[in-house]
Amino acid sequence: MRYIFALIAWLCPLVGLAQEWEDQNAFGPASATSTLRVLSSTDTALFAPIIEDFLRGRPDVSVEYFVTGTAQIDQVFRAAPDDFDVVISSAMDLQLKLVNDGYSVPVANLSQPDWAQWRNSLFAFTTEPATIVINRAAFAPGTVPQTRQELIAAMRARPEVFRGKVGTYDVRASGLGYLFATQDARASETFWRLMEVMGGLDARLYCCSGAMIDDLAAGKLMVAYNVLGSYVAARDDVADTLEIVLPSDFPTIMMRTAFVSSRTGEEESAAAFVRHLVEVQTGPRNRDVFPLPPLSATLDSSGQAVISLEPALMTYLDPLKRRTFIKEWSSAVIQ
Amino acid sequence: MSDTVNVSGSLRARLSLTLIGSAAAIAVLLFFVVRTYAAQIAQSGQDNILEASVTSILDAATLRDSGVEVDFPYVAFSMLNTEADDRVFYAIWQDETLLSGYELLPVADAPDGGDIVHVSAQFDGAAVRVATAARILVGANARNRVTVSVAQTQDALAGTLNKISRNVGLIGAGFFALSVLVASWATNTAIRPLERLTHSITRRGPKDLSPVARPVPSEMAPLVTSLNSFMARLDTSLKQSEDFIAEAAHRVRTPLATVRSHAEATLQRVEREDNRQALRSMVRAIDESSRAAGQLLDHAMITFRADHLETEPLDLVDLVEDLVTRLTPVAEMKDIALTVISGGKVSIEADSILLQNALSNLVENALKYAPEESEITLEVFDVPRPRVEVRDEGPGFPPDQMHELAARFSRGENAKDTIGSGLGLTIAQDVATAHGGELTLTNLSEGGACVTFLL
Repeated sequence: MRYIFALIAWLCPLVGLAQEWEDQNAFGPASATSTLRVLSSTDTALFAPIIEDFLRGRPDVSVEYFVTGTAQIDQVFRAAPDDFDVVISSAMDLQLKLVNDGYSVPVANLSQPDWAQWRNSLFAFTTEPATIVINRAAFAPGTVPQTRQELIAAMRARPEVFRGKVGTYDVRASGLGYLFATQDARASETFWRLMEVMGGLDARLYCCSGAMIDDLAAGKLMVAYNVLGSYVAARDDVADTLEIVLPSDFPTIMMRTAFVSSRTGEEESAAAFVRHLVEVQTGPRNRDVFPLPPLSATLDSSGQAVISLEPALMTYLDPLKRRTFIKEWSSAVIQ
Repeated sequence: MSDTVNVSGSLRARLSLTLIGSAAAIAVLLFFVVRTYAAQIAQSGQDNILEASVTSILDAATLRDSGVEVDFPYVAFSMLNTEADDRVFYAIWQDETLLSGYELLPVADAPDGGDIVHVSAQFDGAAVRVATAARILVGANARNRVTVSVAQTQDALAGTLNKISRNVGLIGAGFFALSVLVASWATNTAIRPLERLTHSITRRGPKDLSPVARPVPSEMAPLVTSLNSFMARLDTSLKQSEDFIAEAAHRVRTPLATVRSHAEATLQRVEREDNRQALRSMVRAIDESSRAAGQLLDHAMITFRADHLETEPLDLVDLVEDLVTRLTPVAEMKDIALTVISGGKVSIEADSILLQNALSNLVENALKYAPEESEITLEVFDVPRPRVEVRDEGPGFPPDQMHELAARFSRGENAKDTIGSGLGLTIAQDVATAHGGELTLTNLSEGGACVTFLL
């Protein structure tokens, strides 16, 4: 009976949501008695080594890995919290709100510094800066802008080069893009001027970093703003054409986070999975085996440069705030 | 006299219990008062932050053409960050419509003026503290009432309270431990004069009935006054009875001597054997009475002298030999041999009159009980302490009465047909005690009694 139910439970969302996943993979033996369903915004290629490492020595566990956008994760999970055991996303604000709203359970025996966890339920496992990625073709060597100010100046100086060839996240569609934008807006007014300049150059808007990198590599874009540098670094084919710039005026650093669903039926395995994930990402390891950037590799130990895991992240998720922000953002970018 | 005292409770226990009990009560009270107070302070700390958060959100509410906008600052929530990562909930209402936030969050009725109302409630399975305030926004054609509630779980508060409780508990326990020490010190101090008095009375000699001279606390003055007056009465009464006995004995002895000499003279004159027999019995009875009177006098004298010993250096062997010389004629009347055994001089410090009296009483006793043609041995020892053993070949002491024989006027069961007042052993014992020694009665294995007079 259990297997039939498990099968139905396994098939239902598959049938209902099959066409919505960006990617979907199963790991581990088909004979496994417990199946972890992981909802994630991280590309399978980056995550697969960690899952395979986790499954090693656990012959009775298998993992189903579903990939979708950060905003989509929030919707899907809130609609059916029973269907997933572990939720992984780069949208820290949405993750924090899910935990705040009681969708998570604390993970036992996992002690992390205060800046890298919230309520012992939400655990950060990477630190990834938002970067400016440029196509080397658009800049003479030595003229690559290092700050947002310099980027604004460069685009104003040569609008003919950049018109229609600048890109950034569509904050309306991407949870991570919205997080980056709101944190930038908090940090400096420069963000709004940058948006206005990009809007003036008919900026192209994207759902995800991957698409921006593809267009950069193909030469459809010369500059992309707030791209995950880690995604660029993970691709071997673009090293010659693209250059990653960490803006030196102020950093915006995101942490991927994971939590165990409070409605999980596999609490032990799910907690073990999160523990394993954090251990792999914080311990000494081989970058070739685990391509995800580790936690705090680029930071001082206080973690002050990262976006803090705190209730204030819920501020811009407020519908009134979001409406106001999107309105301002739209009037700057979509002119 | 009975040795047991009717004891009911203990002053020390009562005092200690009262002090420790009140200390415990105060410690518990302290714990709860401080904890309650700390809880109020901690709660008001959380309330203040919630208040600031609500105010900052409410201040951001503006009325635009499109309706109410609430562009509240990032700090409104970031100020709610706690060490325990408390969950945060909020709700923004325009009149009866939810603008944003958590619809089910319990909201208190807040006055329009912007005053904050705080309530404790349950939300999503957690205890939360909710702060609510309202404001009226007046537009061109509408009055809008905007209500803002911000709620926070109380994990950090509970942590703080636990910490405070633990500290206050430790302080209370420390206070209690200190109080116990102070209580035991206070009890001892209070009881000490009583112990001192007990000690000074216990240490007194058996004849010391002088008043207590040592200063005592005022509370004990009535007791000590009563005790002193009681002892004075007892002393007077004892002295009176001793005096009376001595006086009586003295007065009886002289007429007895007269009667005896008359009886002896008559004995010389009467010829009929039954009359002579009666007269002899008379003389014997007179002797006995006279001896008893003498012993009573001796005892009174000893009672007096024992309190004021007049010791002098003397040789115990000398003293014993003198005594034997003096008593030999009496002994010879019964054909009893008195033998002194000694190993040379035994020097002692003692009251010679008392000592002679005591020893002669012992020898007289032995003479009384020893059969005719027997031997009485007086052996003098020097080590380990000077002592005299008086041994006879008489019937010995009745074993079951030995311990009470030295009591005044008591005579052995087997002494019914022997004359005596029963004071001899008492006198000897009193003298021994007055010299810091003791009198021991034993029966010899080969028959006969042995009295050891230890100095």
